[in-house]
Amino acid sequence: MTAFLAIVARDIRLAIGRGGGIGTALGFYLIVVSLIPLGLGPDINLLARIAPGVLWVALLLSALLSADGIFAADEADGSLDILSMSALPLEAVTFAKMAAHWLSTALPLVLLTPLLGLLLNLEGAAYPTLLLSMLVGSPAVSAIGAVGAALTLRARKGGQLVALLVLPLYVPTLIFGVTSVEAAQTSPAGAAAPLLILAAISLASSALAPFAAAAALRARS
Amino acid sequence: MSGLSQRRGTRMLFSSLDLSLPSGRALLLTGPNGSGKTTLLRTIAGFLKPLSGTVTLSGAGDEVDLPEKCHFIGHYNGLKASMTAEENLRFWQRVLASDHAGDARSVNDALIELNIEHLADIPAGYLSAGQQRRLALARLLLSPRPIWLMDEPTAALDDAGTRLVVALVDRHTAAGGLAILSTHLPLPVQRGTGFDMRDALREREEAVG
Repeated sequence: MTAFLAIVARDIRLAIGRGGGIGTALGFYLIVVSLIPLGLGPDINLLARIAPGVLWVALLLSALLSADGIFAADEADGSLDILSMSALPLEAVTFAKMAAHWLSTALPLVLLTPLLGLLLNLEGAAYPTLLLSMLVGSPAVSAIGAVGAALTLRARKGGQLVALLVLPLYVPTLIFGVTSVEAAQTSPAGAAAPLLILAAISLASSALAPFAAAAALRARS
Repeated sequence: MSGLSQRRGTRMLFSSLDLSLPSGRALLLTGPNGSGKTTLLRTIAGFLKPLSGTVTLSGAGDEVDLPEKCHFIGHYNGLKASMTAEENLRFWQRVLASDHAGDARSVNDALIELNIEHLADIPAGYLSAGQQRRLALARLLLSPRPIWLMDEPTAALDDAGTRLVVALVDRHTAAGGLAILSTHLPLPVQRGTGFDMRDALREREEAVG
């Protein structure tokens, strides 16, 4: 457990510290979302209608931007080899790194969302459901991203390959995330079903992804 | 090690390699660049799956996971540039902590032993190549493990550093530990046996031819 927490704490520190990925991810999220009104013109009704979808897509892209680095730095400096010699199973190491990515990147992105909702004239009533859907759905984003990162570790231009591999796998998360916000607008209780499915996607991917990522790491050589 | 074979790409590096090392001995792997020293060490460490053959640690039971009994010092030092020397070591101490008792040293003692205690608060990225290597070597002292795998441990080290490596290995083997080192320098370690990687290939060629 000590080793697990040590990895989580170190990765969070490295992400937040100098040269970490968190600033890039937050900045990217902010810029993508603020480009939308500029591109579509000042039609506030249109913006309000598309806001949940735009925020979700931007969140996925921003999280993905840093996901390809989950293992890359540790691979480059030899840390990954030494991590695999810990008494901690490699699956637990990958889970620790996923958890750290979620805490250090996905969570701050979710917390920035209310501010960006203002830019898109998001309806006040939609905020709680949107935030809840992002909180519930974002673990899947980190987990699936980590599998992609592990698979493309030895590939040249791995970062671009991660996007191609992982973005299609984000489709269910995106669909149920946006559906829950739409459902909440018609009836507050209607959001429950998509949110529960979103939770199921997150739980399943968090449970399975460590094994997939560890298998990918073992096969890299 | 029995019947160990490994290749990189299509090139066979060694096949049916049989080596055994009694406790308290050091094995010095020599051989030209590309002869498979690193590959052999990485195979023992469990980073590479052997093409055939097994590596076992006798007296440790069947259930033992060999990499957990090994320390690996590779070409890369496993240091984070933005973390201080002390933070790097503290992290590895927590990750590599093992439950079997032994003389695990504190981070501070390890730094003193490697003569880099004055660098404790400096981010590892600012250290010279030799200082980073010393920091990586300090990892060996943080958690007692019976097998030390060292891939050119003296790379980037000065004369004093090289003597330090020899002293560390000597003390480790004197306490009954095993050390397998790859090196291009004739390291004067006590209780050392040399093994030329070219022999591993020659045996194969004789067997084939």
